[in-house]
Amino acid sequence: MSKIDIQQMDSAYKSALTDLLYQLADDDFILAYRGSEWLGLAPHIEEDVAFSSISQDTMGHASMFYQLLEDLGEGKVDDLAHSRKAKYRRNAILLEMVNGPGHYLKKPQYDWAFAVVRNYFYVQMKKIRMDSLKNSSYEPLAQIAINVNLELYYHLLHWRTWFVQLMQAGDEARKRMEAAINRVFDDFGGVLSLGPLGQEMSKSGLIEPEEILKKKWILVLEPVFDSINLSMPANFGIKNGNGRKGEHTEDLDSALSILSEVYRVNPAAAW
Amino acid sequence: MEQIEITVSNILDALHRVKDPEIDTISIVDLGMVEKVTVNDHLICIDLLPTFMGCPALEIIRNNVVNELKCFMGIDFIKVQFIYHPPWTTDRVTEEGRENLKKFGIAPPPKLMPETGEWHVDCPYCDSTYTTLENLFGPTACRSILYCKSCKNPFEAMKPVSTM
Repeated sequence: MSKIDIQQMDSAYKSALTDLLYQLADDDFILAYRGSEWLGLAPHIEEDVAFSSISQDTMGHASMFYQLLEDLGEGKVDDLAHSRKAKYRRNAILLEMVNGPGHYLKKPQYDWAFAVVRNYFYVQMKKIRMDSLKNSSYEPLAQIAINVNLELYYHLLHWRTWFVQLMQAGDEARKRMEAAINRVFDDFGGVLSLGPLGQEMSKSGLIEPEEILKKKWILVLEPVFDSINLSMPANFGIKNGNGRKGEHTEDLDSALSILSEVYRVNPAAAW
Repeated sequence: MEQIEITVSNILDALHRVKDPEIDTISIVDLGMVEKVTVNDHLICIDLLPTFMGCPALEIIRNNVVNELKCFMGIDFIKVQFIYHPPWTTDRVTEEGRENLKKFGIAPPPKLMPETGEWHVDCPYCDSTYTTLENLFGPTACRSILYCKSCKNPFEAMKPVSTM
């Protein structure tokens, strides 16, 4: 399919494109926020530096996807990021879940195993999406995908290293990692989903079909799983709801109220 | 004030005076950020490529470009925009830029990424190859933290970024 202009876009194409961009932007936005909550709490100081750098990159990616939405007339970047209520968000529920019990300022008991597994599995899926988007029929999205990929190389390397090392560490590390993997798989179906307009997205040449992307994810992870003696589940759950349809949990509401606090006080503040 | 002729080459000279806000030895031109300068009667357009996507320095750079052109060239109509095509990669850093990075204590990115993906970094202080990577991620998105086992200095290196 040839590359497309905004003027020539038909309405089905535009709604599929818009929905895809909301998924990409909202996924990165909320996971970058969850990552930023680890600041000062990561297992060691090098990880504090690394994770905040990754979260900053990820927020940069969200910002670019919101910019594409602004260019399509969806509203201002800052409003799209800060002012939309949970029910309009399209991020997968797995990405909005709290880092663990407790509060950032009061006795946080964050779960590092969950952070490693959630980020590794998500970033691997994001890489597969970006590879596919490099051939997107929407040229501005294809260009951004190339730029995002440059940085994803480092993110993926980072999370894969943590994942493999903790899985090989045995004892408590292995037990906690396996528990985290089960939790992540319970909702990973949401990350793999392209939502109700998924078919339209692939028909329009925006991105490959959901099933193909999912197979690619499995294919890339299988050798890693084999190397640490772990089996891939037959099905990926969608236990807490489908974020692609606007279903969300309390965790998203409370995250949004905290992260948009400054914006609500002063909408001119830069983020 | 003497009127400076507005040409692409004069504007590029001015852009050479705009430094990276955090590395004041290297200009945005030598960093490879300047993709295009267009001059017409009413408007000067500067197309810049962001280095890393979430770089918080972009707005500062934009303002510094505008200030430099306004204050020192007397140009009032300036449009600075960030574009994403072509992607910025570290092979855009000029030879002079690589030297200027070293002056700041930052090892320049490798000219070519070896096929193995291994990354060899020489110490910017003593040129020793006996260095170790302490953290792939550094104080900013574009830098890593290393340690030189010869001169015992910690140092930073610009992370290689390639579309390969």
